[in-house]
Amino acid sequence: MNSPTTITVDVDELQAIANDMRLDILNMTTRAGSGHPSSSWSATDIVTALYFGGVLRYRPGEPDWPERDRFIMSKGHAAPLLYAILARAGYFNRDMIWRLRQVNSPVQGHPIQGLLPGVEATTGSLGQGLSLGVGHVLGGRLNNFDYRVYVLLGDGECEAGQIWEAAMSAAHFEADNLVAILDYNKYQETGPISREMALEPLVEKWESFGWNVVEADGHDIADLLEKFDAVANVKGKPSIIIAHTVKGKGVSFVEADFTFHGRALTPEQAALAREELNGTR
Amino acid sequence: MELGKQAGLKPYPLPLRNVFGDALLNVARENEKVVVLDGDLGNSTKAEYVRQEFPERFFNIGIAESNLVGVGAGLAGCGFVPWITSFSSFLLCNAYDQIRLAVAMSNINAKVLGSHGGITLGKDGPTQMGIEDLALMGGLPTFTILVPSDPASMHAAVKAATDFEGPVFLRSSRVALPEIYPMDDCPFEIGKANTVREGSDLAIIACGIMVAAALDAAAVLAESGIEARVLDMHTIRPMDINAITKAARETGAIVTAEEHLLQGGVGSNIARIVGERHPVPMRFVGLADVYVESGEPDDLLKKYKLTSADIVTAAREAVAAKA
Repeated sequence: MNSPTTITVDVDELQAIANDMRLDILNMTTRAGSGHPSSSWSATDIVTALYFGGVLRYRPGEPDWPERDRFIMSKGHAAPLLYAILARAGYFNRDMIWRLRQVNSPVQGHPIQGLLPGVEATTGSLGQGLSLGVGHVLGGRLNNFDYRVYVLLGDGECEAGQIWEAAMSAAHFEADNLVAILDYNKYQETGPISREMALEPLVEKWESFGWNVVEADGHDIADLLEKFDAVANVKGKPSIIIAHTVKGKGVSFVEADFTFHGRALTPEQAALAREELNGTR
Repeated sequence: MELGKQAGLKPYPLPLRNVFGDALLNVARENEKVVVLDGDLGNSTKAEYVRQEFPERFFNIGIAESNLVGVGAGLAGCGFVPWITSFSSFLLCNAYDQIRLAVAMSNINAKVLGSHGGITLGKDGPTQMGIEDLALMGGLPTFTILVPSDPASMHAAVKAATDFEGPVFLRSSRVALPEIYPMDDCPFEIGKANTVREGSDLAIIACGIMVAAALDAAAVLAESGIEARVLDMHTIRPMDINAITKAARETGAIVTAEEHLLQGGVGSNIARIVGERHPVPMRFVGLADVYVESGEPDDLLKKYKLTSADIVTAAREAVAAKA
């Protein structure tokens, strides 16, 4: 448990893991009767690539290992995804995830730092995670560690000013070991982002803040791994991977209905979703 | 300022913020894990003293308090002891939610300096004044809250905050405060109020600049035969319940004094304890529901009723109300 997790680069195997994660997320949220399955599913392939594609350097048995790579989930409402991946990576017993949103459980509706191993940050009030990532970059520099810091951003939270404060400071500090991944599923809680509060042109915005910007298919693990590899070699500036995703990815009737944000599937809907997800195995 | 004159306290040549800067430099020298984060006010808060000696451990995050707090919290996650510094008003009012999630709820080992607390920053006016900071900090359950009252207790408080494991808020002031404690011998235990004057006719419980004002008031009251006990409530949370209960029981009347809004302030917290443990007549010296204006600190303290004379009036009322 104390050595870095070995690299798995069988992309088919990774897609299968991602599919199992989607089932976990479905079962967790339906059992809890609430949560954000569609926001979790849009980022499932990204997070699977990070943890099981050999990108993140981590020791599940030593969660506070000072030289670990950091993964900060700024879009805290994707908490079910975080719990599912941490359990699968071996940070805690898998039985734990079924206690999501229950009283007397560390598996909070949104992640709380310190309650579960592997949870690096308290998030859920949006816009805050990138700043924490900059802090971890500065700390690593002072400690002479070569770890990398990955921050998963939601698209809606890029409407928050703090994201751009953090973006400015990351470029100022030439944080080239900082990688943001934008889960660009194009929907925020109340509707399409382009209708509610337009973010475009996003590539130009991040570039003008001094970032290296690449785009990826957020559901193509091979493409994601290639982009993670590419940004690792960029020097002198932080990188963002704008990952184009589909909210609710994996379940057709959730993909087609953005009002599933913040809503668990009913047991009947979950049965249908399970069929679809099992069918893709 | 006339603070401490009636009590015979010795004026101190440096403003409290400079004392904070010296104290911060001391802990940075002692502890290489101390890092300082600045919201572009280091020359006002005097956090810049650390920049001069340890530039690698000083980060100006710019005029962006939300990011300032987040970056500081990230450094705490790497085992450093961040001092996140700015004006009390800007830090708490701009970045309250960041302090709530990243520091308080995460219960990390970070220190927050709220400089220029209260109204005595004076001429810059109400936009810069932190008159609600202690109430706001009160809404963050895991925070220890410290309000030192003089140069020696500022040194002791910065050291105690740095050594303490967990979130700490510390309030500093722009003005010079007279010496209440000998510089090399200040008792300072987090959560334990200091009795700075004995007395049995009433107790004046004060924090920050109001401790010197309370001692002035006690000197005046003594001339008419009223002996006031004065407690320096340097820790607002956890509050020294025992000292408050004992004061209520032994003196039978309590006056609280704070350079802060009465609404949600220190006095209201003390009243909750007194009401539960040993109800006695109380009076409260603090800011009414108003925004203060620009002006000389002494003029403002007079106009907004935060002087020793106001404490004397409140004390006489409280004593008269004793059964």
